[in-house]
Amino acid sequence: MISLRPILSSLRRHKIAALLIILETALAFAIVSNALYMVVGRLERVRMPSGIDERSLVMLRLDTSDRSQGTVASGLADVAALRAIPGVESATVANSMPLSGMQWGLSFSTRPMDSIGSGVGAPLYLGGGHLLRTLGVHVLAGSEFAPSAYADFRRKGFMDQLMTVHQALITKALAERLWPHGRAVGKEMYMGKTRVQVVGVVSNIIRPYVSADAHDPANYFAAIYPRRLGPDLGAFYVLRCKPADRSRILEAARAKLQALHPTETVGLHETFTRMRRHYFANDRSMAWLLVGTMLALLGVTAVGIVGLASFWVQQRTRQIGVRRALGACRADIRRYFQAENFLLATTGILIGCAAAIVINVWLMAHYSVPRLPVIYLPVGALLLVGIGQIAVLGPAIRAARVPPIRAMRAA
Amino acid sequence: MFAYYLQLALRALRRSPLLTALMVLALAVGIGASMTMLTVLHVLSGDPLPGRSAHLYYPQVDPRASGDAAADPRPPSLLTYIDAMNLMREGRTTRAAVMYAGSEVLRPIGPGRSPQSVNSRYTSGSFFSMFAVPFRYGAPWSGSDDAGGAHVAVISRALNQSLFGGVDSVGRSIVYGGHSFRIVGVLAHWRPIPRFYDLDSSRFGDVEKVFIPFNTARALDFSVAGSTNCYGKPGSSLDTSNCGYIQMWVQLDTARAAVAYRRFLVNYSEQQYAAGRFSRKPNVRLDDLMRWLAVNHAVPDDVRMQAWLALGFLLVCVVNTVGLMLAKFLRRSGEIGVRRALGASRHAVFAQLLTEAGMIGAAGALIGLTLTMLGLWLVRQQPSGYAQLARMQPSMLVATLAVAIGASLLAGILPAWRACLVAPAMQIKAQ
Repeated sequence: MISLRPILSSLRRHKIAALLIILETALAFAIVSNALYMVVGRLERVRMPSGIDERSLVMLRLDTSDRSQGTVASGLADVAALRAIPGVESATVANSMPLSGMQWGLSFSTRPMDSIGSGVGAPLYLGGGHLLRTLGVHVLAGSEFAPSAYADFRRKGFMDQLMTVHQALITKALAERLWPHGRAVGKEMYMGKTRVQVVGVVSNIIRPYVSADAHDPANYFAAIYPRRLGPDLGAFYVLRCKPADRSRILEAARAKLQALHPTETVGLHETFTRMRRHYFANDRSMAWLLVGTMLALLGVTAVGIVGLASFWVQQRTRQIGVRRALGACRADIRRYFQAENFLLATTGILIGCAAAIVINVWLMAHYSVPRLPVIYLPVGALLLVGIGQIAVLGPAIRAARVPPIRAMRAA
Repeated sequence: MFAYYLQLALRALRRSPLLTALMVLALAVGIGASMTMLTVLHVLSGDPLPGRSAHLYYPQVDPRASGDAAADPRPPSLLTYIDAMNLMREGRTTRAAVMYAGSEVLRPIGPGRSPQSVNSRYTSGSFFSMFAVPFRYGAPWSGSDDAGGAHVAVISRALNQSLFGGVDSVGRSIVYGGHSFRIVGVLAHWRPIPRFYDLDSSRFGDVEKVFIPFNTARALDFSVAGSTNCYGKPGSSLDTSNCGYIQMWVQLDTARAAVAYRRFLVNYSEQQYAAGRFSRKPNVRLDDLMRWLAVNHAVPDDVRMQAWLALGFLLVCVVNTVGLMLAKFLRRSGEIGVRRALGASRHAVFAQLLTEAGMIGAAGALIGLTLTMLGLWLVRQQPSGYAQLARMQPSMLVATLAVAIGASLLAGILPAWRACLVAPAMQIKAQ
C-alpha cells in the first residue's frame, strides 16, 4: 500500500507544476466528456432507422417546363412504362421522400380547431396505391385505403384539395402521440375544422428532415393521404428493385424518362442510400472533427504529463537514490510516481466534472445540445486516468532504474 | 543585447530538441485548429452589406390564430400576400421590396442543350437599388414594370455566361416557366454572405439566376420554392388564404423613420385585429439586418460550436506549453544561478527566458499558419454549403501570428518568473 503522506508533502514543494497538471487534466476532461457526448449524438442521428427499404429504392425527378407533361395522367403513364423495366418490382410518384428535405407539413388535432396551423405537425406523403409497397412500409392495424378512395391531386387549388380529403393512414409514432392510451384506427382527427378518419396505422417512416435529437418521436410523425399526383409538384418517381440492380435500373429509368419527355430534363436521379448519406454528411463530418480534436487533446495532455513527470524524476534523482539505498525496491519507486499521477488526475477530474457540467449547461442554453447523461463523466474519467497512467509510465520506469549509488555520489 | 538573448535561446533550444519540438508542435496544433475555426466563423459572420445594413429592416406582423403553435412568441418570419401588399401600399419607407423564392424550368437556347430547372427570385425592382446590387449590363426594371406585371427579367452573371457566352444580352428573351421574358439587366458578380434576404433556403449559396417582377410571378401563378405556412381558415387560393410565404425588406434611413414604421406596424395590426382578420393583439417586430441574422442563427450553430471547441483546445495547448516551459526553465536552474552570480539581474534573466518563449511562439506560429491553411483546405472538402467560402483572409493572417506569439509569451511569463526566483547561492552550492 502506498501511503499518501510523502506524495502530498513532495507535491507541496512543487505547487505550480502540480497545479498545471491538475488544470490540464480538468480542462481536457471537461472538453472531452462533452465532445464525446456530442459525437455519440451525431452518430445516433447518422444511424437513425428510416423505416423504409432503403437499399431497394432509386429516385428520379423530371424538371417540367411544359405543364402538360407534369399532369397526373402523364405521371401514371410514366410509372407504367418504368414498371415495365425488367427488375423493377414496384414504382410510384411521391410528393416527398424521407430525408429528402422536401416536406409538405400539416397539423392534426383530436378535436376541431379554429386554425389549420393548430395541433401536432406532421409531414404528408402522397403517392397513389403503390406507395406503401414501394417504400416497404407495413400496415400495423386497420387497413390500406380502398381503391375507390384514391383521387387525383392537381397543381391548381392546393389548399382546397387538402381540405377535401377525409381518410388518412398515420404512422405508429403519430398515432401514439395523438391517442396515447387507445387505438387510433377508426378515430377521427382534425386538420383545422376538416375531419379526417384514420383508416390504418402504418410502421414508422422518418421525416423529410429530422430534428437534432435522434430520440425525438416527432421524427417519425407522418400522414398518408389517398391521392395520386403528377411529377410537376417537385415530386419523385420512386422505383423499388433488388439492391444489386440499382445502378442498372437507375440508368434504364433515366433513359426511358428522357425518351418519353424529349423536351424536358431528368434532374435528380440517385439511389436512396446516396441521398441519405448526403443528408447526414454534415453530422458525419462533425463527428469526425470532434473525434480528431479529442484525440489531439488527449495527445497534448499526455505530452504535458510526460514533460512534467520527466522533470520531476530528474529533480528527485537524489531522493530516489536515498529511498533505494534505504531498501525501497524498483516497483516501490514506480508505484510512487503512478500513485502521484493518479492523485493529480483524480483531483483534476473532480474539478473537471464541475467544468463539464458548466459547459454543458451553457451549450444547452445556446445550442440544441441536450443534458449531458451522467454516464459520460465516468467514461471521460477513465479515459483521462488511463492517459495519465500511460504518460507517466515511461518517466516512472526511468525513475525506478536510478541506482542507489547515485544518492551517495550526488551528495 | 537582444541578439545575445536570441543566441542563448537558440543554444538552449538545441540542447533539448525533443522537448522543444513537442512544445512547438503542441502550440502549432492548438493555433492551427483554433485559427481554422475562427477564420470560418469570421468569414460567415461578416456584414453582407457594409454601410447599408444599419438602414435595412425586416418587418413582421402576426396573423396566426390564437391557438396556433403558442411555443414561439415571435411573429412568423414570412408575410401573407394580403399583409405584404398592405404594408407595401401604406408604409412610409425610403425603399421597400417584397419577394419569394421560386424555381421553374428554363427553355434552352440553341440546339443540343436540355432544359434546366433554375432558382429564381420574384421581387420588386427596388430590390436591386436597396441592396446596391451591381449590374454588368442594363438596369433593374422600372416601377411601372412592377405595377403592370411586365414580362421582364434580370439574369445573373453565371446564367448570362452559360446562355449567351457572357455578351450583352439586354433586349433578348428567355423562356422561363413556359413564358417569354425580355432581359432588361445582367448582374455583375454579387454574392452576399450570408444570402441575408432569404434565410429560408441555401444561406451560403449563390444568388438566384433569374429575377422576375413579383406581380408578374403572382399573375402567372409561379409556385413557391421556399416554405409556406398557413394559419386560420383557408381561402380559395394561396393569396386569399392566410398563408405566409413572402419576405419583405424596407429601407429606413433615420432612427426616427424606424420608430415611426414600427408604430405603423402596431397600428396596422390593431386595424386588422379590429377588422377580425388578426386574432392576436399586435405582435410585431422590426429587426435591422444584423439583428435579423443573429435572431435566425444565420451562422450555423455547428460553426460556432467548432470555434468554441477549438478555443478550448488552444487553451489546453497553452496550459500544456506553460508546463513544459516550466520544466525546461527549471531544469536549467544551475545555469541561471551561475548567470545571476556573475551579475545578471533578475530582469535580464526574465528577458532572456521570454525571448526563448517568443522563439518557440514564432516557430509555433509558422507551423500553426501552415496547419491553418491545411485546416481550411480540409474544411473546403466538407459537404456543408459554406465550405467553399473557407479561405484565409489577410486580417486573420495577422491575427494568427499575433495569437501565436501572444499565446507563447503568455505561456512563458509564469515559468520565466518562477525561474528568476532561483536563488543563485543555492544553485551554486548544489553544483
